[in-house]
Amino acid sequence: MNLFDTARLAIGNIWASKMRTFLTMLGIIIGVSAVILIEGLGNGLQVYMEDAFDALGTSSIEVILMGRGSTRNADVEDMYQLLDENPQALESMTPTVTMSGVLKIGNETYSKTAVTGVSEDYLDIKSYEIEKGRNLQYMDMKDRKAVCLVGSYVDQTYFKGRSVGETLKVGKNKLTVVGVVAQEEEELREGGTDDIVLLPYTSAARYSMTGQISRYTFTATDPDHSDEAVDLIEARLYEIYGTESAYMIVSMAQLLDTFSSMLNVMITILAIIAGISLVVGGIGIMNIMLVSVTERTREIGIRKALGAKETVILSQFVTEAAVTSVIGGIFGIGFGILMCRVATKLVVQILQVKMSVIPDAQSIAMAVGVSAGIGILFGYLPAKKAANLNPIDALRYE
Amino acid sequence: MGPLIEFRDVCKYYVMGDNTVKANDHINMRIDQGEFVAIVGQSGSGKSTSMNIIGCLDVPTSGQYLLGGRDVGSMNRSQLAEIRNEMLGFIFQQYNLLPKYNLIENVEVPMMYRGISRAERKRRAVEVLTELGLSDHLKHKPSELSGGQQQRVSIARALVGEPPIILADEPTGALDSKTGKEVLRLLQELHQKGKTVVLITHDNSIARQAKRIIRLEDGCVVYDGPSDDPAAFRTHAEEVQAE
Repeated sequence: MNLFDTARLAIGNIWASKMRTFLTMLGIIIGVSAVILIEGLGNGLQVYMEDAFDALGTSSIEVILMGRGSTRNADVEDMYQLLDENPQALESMTPTVTMSGVLKIGNETYSKTAVTGVSEDYLDIKSYEIEKGRNLQYMDMKDRKAVCLVGSYVDQTYFKGRSVGETLKVGKNKLTVVGVVAQEEEELREGGTDDIVLLPYTSAARYSMTGQISRYTFTATDPDHSDEAVDLIEARLYEIYGTESAYMIVSMAQLLDTFSSMLNVMITILAIIAGISLVVGGIGIMNIMLVSVTERTREIGIRKALGAKETVILSQFVTEAAVTSVIGGIFGIGFGILMCRVATKLVVQILQVKMSVIPDAQSIAMAVGVSAGIGILFGYLPAKKAANLNPIDALRYE
Repeated sequence: MGPLIEFRDVCKYYVMGDNTVKANDHINMRIDQGEFVAIVGQSGSGKSTSMNIIGCLDVPTSGQYLLGGRDVGSMNRSQLAEIRNEMLGFIFQQYNLLPKYNLIENVEVPMMYRGISRAERKRRAVEVLTELGLSDHLKHKPSELSGGQQQRVSIARALVGEPPIILADEPTGALDSKTGKEVLRLLQELHQKGKTVVLITHDNSIARQAKRIIRLEDGCVVYDGPSDDPAAFRTHAEEVQAE
């Protein structure tokens, strides 16, 4: 008896009890589609996260100085020197001074607007564009000029689009608007990326209480040089402070790696949980195969009397179980892909987030392989039972 | 050439709790190629056990069963399946057809296990079914046929692999006397064509169709001779009385 005959018999028997087979398959269908959906969600999240990090700049490195009291602190000069000495790894740098003072325009105060002191390279690092007026310049830094850039939200909402040349106040200090940063977000909103005021870091340092600059943003030449860049910064800061607790370096590339591996662990655990339903489905197949063997005891006896060897009976039942679960697996793929589509729509509608749930070929192939494996594994026991039946007893069975 | 079927001191014991049932107790018999033999006995006489052993569905507890000169007792289950397929055509009382398959598919089964191609299987199944007058029902399921027709399907299935031995276990047991006679006539025909036919029955009138009777009682052979001897159908007790 060849493989083709075995498969034909198996499919014939499955077709003869469609409803029962379908119900048996349900476990596998649900299991496979759940695995595909979860893998799809994982892929979608991964892509979404990478996009989000890209927007922040995957090659950017944040340096925060806590200082150590009386000893020498790293200053802007040290940081610029570090940048100049390592052009292979470091591309640009800006100090960032977060202002606690409130923004005042005319008589109104606005507390949600982010006011930050930065260098002339800041816009490049963030990939922002100038829409109107000019960028901050080196001379603004050097002379601590009382000028600033505003975001589109500030320009549109508070100045009706005519902010350039106007003045605003940060704390008690009057600043002249020299340029407007092009809109970044799709919609302008209070407290958003476009609700900002940028001024020279030198001016910001002078306005702030301490006069200290404690935060810098570097960019590596590319994400692959990120680790090298982190090492360079770390080495210099350690040289200056002599202790690791005086500073903190956060690289976006490392952060992305950490998040990615966390996400992977999470998705793997979820997929394993979904995989448990595959095992449950397999047990369902085993159960129904055991029933089938009992029901067909007489048929097995007849086949044995007519010359079917044990291996033939064994492979017939194993094939039936495997075909059942593979067909279940194929339905599961279809259903899983469908659920991914639905999930994509739901995520967009409910969470207002642009994320697509993408099933990948690898997880689909794995799902099919696993379901076939489960069919064979859980089909083996009933098939062995069938193969071991004594033909005399089986023929007598009513 | 030796006999086709040979029992040498064949014993088959079943242990049931504390009792040992001697279903076959030192049976010796030889059946040659081309014979038509009826194995007769009441229920419990051991004829079914003998049939299972002849049919290679079971092996003796002790003694030897030689089929075509080969010792069946030493074969594993896979070899037994092979020899059943090659040497034996079974005809059962309950026909034992596969209810989900049509006649062609039913008759194909023994050839499938011999690895014959699908087209060839089909050709031969149709040929044998036509010979047995079932050409109008080829695509029917067994349940759509009468008992006599179903038994003819099982005869077709027994013949299709061209085994030398036809083993018929109460082949008329489930049939009315008219169709029963028809089946017996078919067995006669097969015998005339040179098949070795072994008929197992409890019914003397049916056993009479065979040339030779082997009568079993309590697991032993009590008569082995021609069917036209009146002694063939006397029980052992009657035998003693006659003497």
